[in-house]
Amino acid sequence: MAPTFQELQAQAEQRWQALTAGDRPWIRVGTALCGQAAGADAVVQALQESLERHNAAAQISQVGCLGLCFAEPLVDVQLPGQPRVFYANVTPEQAEEIIASHIVQGIPLAGSALGCLGSDDGGGDSSDNGETGDLPDLNRHPMRAREQRIALRNAGNIDPLDIYQYAANGGYRALHQALTGMTGAEVLEQVNISGLRGRGGAAFATGTKWRFLAGSQAPVKYILCNCEEGDPGAFNDKGILESDPHTVVEGILLAGYATGANYGYIFIRSGHDGPIDRTRAAVAQAYDLGLLGRNILGSDFSFDLEVALTGDSYVSGEETALMEAIEGSRAMPRYRPPFPAQVGVFGQPTNINNVKTLAYVPEIVARGGAWFAGIGHERSTGTAILCLSGALNYTGMVELPMGINLQDVLYEIAGGVPGGKELKFIQTGGPLGGVLGADATDLVLDFEVFRNAGAILGSGGIIAADEDTCAVDLTRVLIAFCQYESCGKCFPCRMGMSHLLEVLERISRLEGGPEDLALMRNIGENMQAGSLCGHGQLGFNPVSSALRFFAGEFEAHITERRCPTGSCQTPWFSPRLSRR
Amino acid sequence: MDGLKERIRKAVHNQPQPTVTILSSLLAVEDELGYIPPEAVDEVAGFNRATINDVWAVVSFYPNFRTTPPGQHRVEVCWGPSCHLVGAMPVIAAVLEAVGLPAEGDTPDGRLSLRYNTCLGACAQAPVMSIDHHLIGRITPEQARNRLADYGAGPATE
Ligand SMILES: Cc1cc2nc3c(=O)[nH]c(=O)nc-3n(C[C@H](O)[C@H](O)[C@H](O)COP(=O)(O)O)c2cc1C
Ligand code: FES
Repeated sequence: MAPTFQELQAQAEQRWQALTAGDRPWIRVGTALCGQAAGADAVVQALQESLERHNAAAQISQVGCLGLCFAEPLVDVQLPGQPRVFYANVTPEQAEEIIASHIVQGIPLAGSALGCLGSDDGGGDSSDNGETGDLPDLNRHPMRAREQRIALRNAGNIDPLDIYQYAANGGYRALHQALTGMTGAEVLEQVNISGLRGRGGAAFATGTKWRFLAGSQAPVKYILCNCEEGDPGAFNDKGILESDPHTVVEGILLAGYATGANYGYIFIRSGHDGPIDRTRAAVAQAYDLGLLGRNILGSDFSFDLEVALTGDSYVSGEETALMEAIEGSRAMPRYRPPFPAQVGVFGQPTNINNVKTLAYVPEIVARGGAWFAGIGHERSTGTAILCLSGALNYTGMVELPMGINLQDVLYEIAGGVPGGKELKFIQTGGPLGGVLGADATDLVLDFEVFRNAGAILGSGGIIAADEDTCAVDLTRVLIAFCQYESCGKCFPCRMGMSHLLEVLERISRLEGGPEDLALMRNIGENMQAGSLCGHGQLGFNPVSSALRFFAGEFEAHITERRCPTGSCQTPWFSPRLSRR
Repeated sequence: MDGLKERIRKAVHNQPQPTVTILSSLLAVEDELGYIPPEAVDEVAGFNRATINDVWAVVSFYPNFRTTPPGQHRVEVCWGPSCHLVGAMPVIAAVLEAVGLPAEGDTPDGRLSLRYNTCLGACAQAPVMSIDHHLIGRITPEQARNRLADYGAGPATE
């Protein structure tokens, strides 16, 4: 028998109380992809072994990503009722010291702690955290100071495999509220009022899109959640799913309720085990507790949700190609019309949203659309969830209100470029987004402002390049990616990408000719005009944007036969094999 | 031989998720065997009421599918832009040297299979490589060589 919402909440409260203020310490270790890459598995093992050696008791939980990826492996120790103390870049040897001192003797290792957070800062943002002795407040760290966490409110705070921890932090409250006191149309209206726009790239108004689906009377309708996330430099979709999968499950349920859809898929690229395993576990738990399946929480709303995997294919993130992949075919985009809201996956009306878009929905419903609309900048409401990587001191994932200046993001929040070097350019919104020269970064986070500057805010990836980077070299890499990932269905993209790569490789080898720039422009125009999907239509962006800022560098390669930074002289590798 | 067919059959027939397709069946086989042998193409076609051509179309589209058995250990090195900007190329050069290959592929002794990956999803820890799905971030050419030596790469262990 599935519990009622009140029973679920009571259970959750009780368990949370025991974790944070019970009889033993709680140790949280970030084991999202970023944590794993930094060696978190070995740290978890060392913590466990050390606890046994000292015959000490503590609860160890593997959590997701707090956003401070540069500090991984990040170990978060909370003695009952005390503030959380964070240790950065922990090695297995330091794990032993943490247990010996902090757990066994109750003395935090002040010298090696990154900071602390208030004791009841379980989820969401806290402002009431006291300082533990002389430990700095982690919320004053540049990467956290200006954050406003909505979609990431639980990331790094809760165990993604434990639905009760999500529930204890307000989880499934919005769903309960909707099922007991709102019609689907009222939920949709709140999303409309919020001004929420898609975070998957095109920034289309979510409420408008939902209304297309709500308008269809078909008995079988689908909600698809897109976690293909093939953009190199973007990891926030995977980050949300492996940190707080229930937020996405709840968002999908609310989307289904608002649009009258009863079936859904969460679509993830195969190979990323962490996000896949955690999402599957979340779906199974939600079924167990009656939050998925028939008559959810005793209402007459039913919804079935499944995780679907794709093979390696960037284009399978495009909405119609994604439907092909779910149906089990080659991920090649379909012609439109008909649009997905009329004929989508398995021929049924379908709505597709990005992970981040759906992750906002529970808070929008719980707090009201007007609250969300009050955050942000002009038509870009809410927050931007950015992935900071490349030549930056603080790499990681941050959630910032729209409207913050990009220069503040780069120089303050991300701590600037390592080694005192100059920033040369950034690459935003995935490979198709192109590059922005460092002198053009005086922009605020806003979809339109970025577009007017010739860039895409899109899914929020920001990759920084320092002065040692060659613009031609990076352009070649971006086009090599686009060529490798072209699905091959339409020839302007398939051949255009290959031709562009051929020309760029020639320029990189200092064998380019004076006609090559015009040749690339010509290819680019044809791709833009003739390609079926955004991959080919936007595929010239990396070249055109690089030419806009760094024409001189291309000239140097072509006419002076030299690479000013020398990057092009070092050997480079990219896959030769492509789709057959 | 029968063992192989049986493993394929089990992988294809015992998929836990409700929606079973050609792609999901192939992913299940890949999980089980690490590659898609011709026997699996037959089985997947039969199970999904499709033709062998339909199945080959999917196998040949997604580059994660291989049609020959992989080496004992699978090494992936990221060449995505985040990694490229902070030193992926010297790492790849070191890896190629350590495993003795001119480009991605399998070592002749069947120990290692090397693939370039467009993004391993840990860009904040660039440059990134993985060995048997285990991610290693902020890797230097030196560390890459050492890690691979543990897996029997290089002439010294022959
Ligand atoms: C080549 C290509 C790749 C795409 N990849 C993704 C992706 O990985 N994730 C995603 O959410 N959207 C991706 N999109 C955008 C989707 O087509 C779609 O617009 C989006 O998922 C809609 O969700 P949203 O309205 O919430 O933004 C891609 C588009 C193109 C053209
Ligand atoms: S670009 Fe290398 S891990 Fe993402």
